[in-house]
Amino acid sequence: MSTAVLQARGVRKSFGHTEVLSGIDLDVTPGETVVVLGPSGSGKSTFLRCINLLESLDAGRITVDGRDVGYDVRNGRLHELSPNEIARRRKDIGMVFQQFNLFPHMTALENIIEAPIAVLGEGRREATARAVDLLAEVGLAGREKAYPRQLSGGQQQRVAIARALAMRPKLMLFDEPTSALDPELVGEVLATMKRLASAGLTMVVVTHEISFAREAADRVVFMDAGQVVEQGTPEQVIDNPQHERTRAFLSRFL
Amino acid sequence: MATTVQDAPAAGLELDVRNAAHRKHPWRWLSALVVLVFAAQLVKMLITNDNFGWDVVWSWLRAESIVRGLGITLMLTVVAMVIGVVLGVLLAVCRISANPLLRGAAGLYIWFFRGTPTLVQLIFFYNLSALLPKLNLGIPFGPVFASVDTNTLITPLLAAILGLGLNEGAYMAEIVRGGLLSVDPGQREAGQALGMKNSRIMKRIILPQAMRFIVPPTGNQVISMVKATALVSVIALSDLLYTAQSIYNRTFETIPMLIVVCLWYLAVTSVLYVVQSFIERHYNRGARHQAPSFWDFLRIRPKGSAA
Ligand SMILES: Nc1ncnc2c1ncn2[C@@H]1O[C@H](COP(=O)(O)OP(=O)(O)O)[C@@H](O)[C@H]1O
Ligand SMILES: [Mg+2]
Repeated sequence: MSTAVLQARGVRKSFGHTEVLSGIDLDVTPGETVVVLGPSGSGKSTFLRCINLLESLDAGRITVDGRDVGYDVRNGRLHELSPNEIARRRKDIGMVFQQFNLFPHMTALENIIEAPIAVLGEGRREATARAVDLLAEVGLAGREKAYPRQLSGGQQQRVAIARALAMRPKLMLFDEPTSALDPELVGEVLATMKRLASAGLTMVVVTHEISFAREAADRVVFMDAGQVVEQGTPEQVIDNPQHERTRAFLSRFL
Repeated sequence: MATTVQDAPAAGLELDVRNAAHRKHPWRWLSALVVLVFAAQLVKMLITNDNFGWDVVWSWLRAESIVRGLGITLMLTVVAMVIGVVLGVLLAVCRISANPLLRGAAGLYIWFFRGTPTLVQLIFFYNLSALLPKLNLGIPFGPVFASVDTNTLITPLLAAILGLGLNEGAYMAEIVRGGLLSVDPGQREAGQALGMKNSRIMKRIILPQAMRFIVPPTGNQVISMVKATALVSVIALSDLLYTAQSIYNRTFETIPMLIVVCLWYLAVTSVLYVVQSFIERHYNRGARHQAPSFWDFLRIRPKGSAA
């Protein structure tokens, strides 16, 4: 296949009788930061969740690093994989959730080392050393022993980012990572994400932070009603939108 | 009214809640007094009524036969609870699995064992040979690999263990299922997104969090089980109660022997209560609310409350 980290072709998904994704095409190349904008309910979260198979697709195909997460190709046909094999393929895709979803019964450090030990087979000492570095990288040096509840929302989300990074993902998905935060805490999380973007991490970011899209995105994708309406550089899509739906959406942020 | 409003600012901002007079609790003190009077009455009766036969109680309390009966009771409790918990976790996982056959089978099991009296189940297992004289291991309608006489296999002890354990499994299944459902689905998704296997997610992420909701009702179940084992006296298994009964059938010291039994049950359940409070504290790591300490019931003014 090509050099794209993520390739989505004709992705469709329905819940009951309502079609939430109506044929999504998207390519993401290595090191690229793609920001997905769009009104609430347009299917942004569903699309991200299809990428790491938290939701199954009804039609179309998604490959990450040239491989389907949920299927093997044999004799020119896709064959469904077992849950354990799917789990193994998910390890290359990091995900950061709106509600953080940290493990509340584990300290920050334990949150970060759990999957590297369980999935990558890293030794505890090695995983711990790396977790300490990662915490420092997201500005939380010395908070190894804190439980999630003892941290602010912004700090929790940065631990969640460190937890995802500990798996050395080839692709990171962010689903409205700052939407659950108090306004004064949004900046610290966005600053962390900007650093990751300029360090060359491949990222797909769903957000309503237009300023982040402007400063960090290589490409902006506007989604509405389960379709990609338009995409391009931040200047093209944000400053000079071609479609009425994009203009209507962006006018709310002026 | 008007004067107080005017006085308030004049009274000055130098006042400090730190030095505020605590609210008086006259009713708490009065009710404590009433309780004390009743308690004194009770103590007087316990001491002066000879029918309690405290000397008899004391002499039997550590008698060898009673202690052996207690041993049977404790052993039954532990074995039946272990079976109950293991079975309960399996049934609960079946109940929430994607496989409709497993869901149905687990539901049927729980329906049956919760819907019929434990006592009847015990007697049923005890009399299993009347229904199935031989237990066979083999393929239905096909060859039999092994066969054993039911009466040699199902001793009273095994009947008791099966009756209590299989019954407990049904109750534990519902407790465990409630605990699993109380964990935010985002927790499982976070584990999946990290590439963890389902079994590992269950063991490391879901169960430890569900334990906060599973431990308190399970403590109840253990305490119920200690007492439920007394049911096995109907199938002539010499547990604590059966032993005491066979003694007072000879000596006619019914009340003292029953007091011996009660004292032992109370001792065991008290120990369990303390153990439970330690386990609860362990599983409350990282949680907002700490489990209450064992001694909290002694406080007139509860810790951390405004009243
Ligand atoms: N698990 C689900 N079951 C049923 N409907 C769902 C489910 N998840 C999302 N939806 C619906 O799909 C639509 C798109 O949701 P979502 O992808 O969360 O949009 P967005 O993230 O863009 O706000 C919404 O109408 C939502 O109600
Ligand atoms: Mg969303």
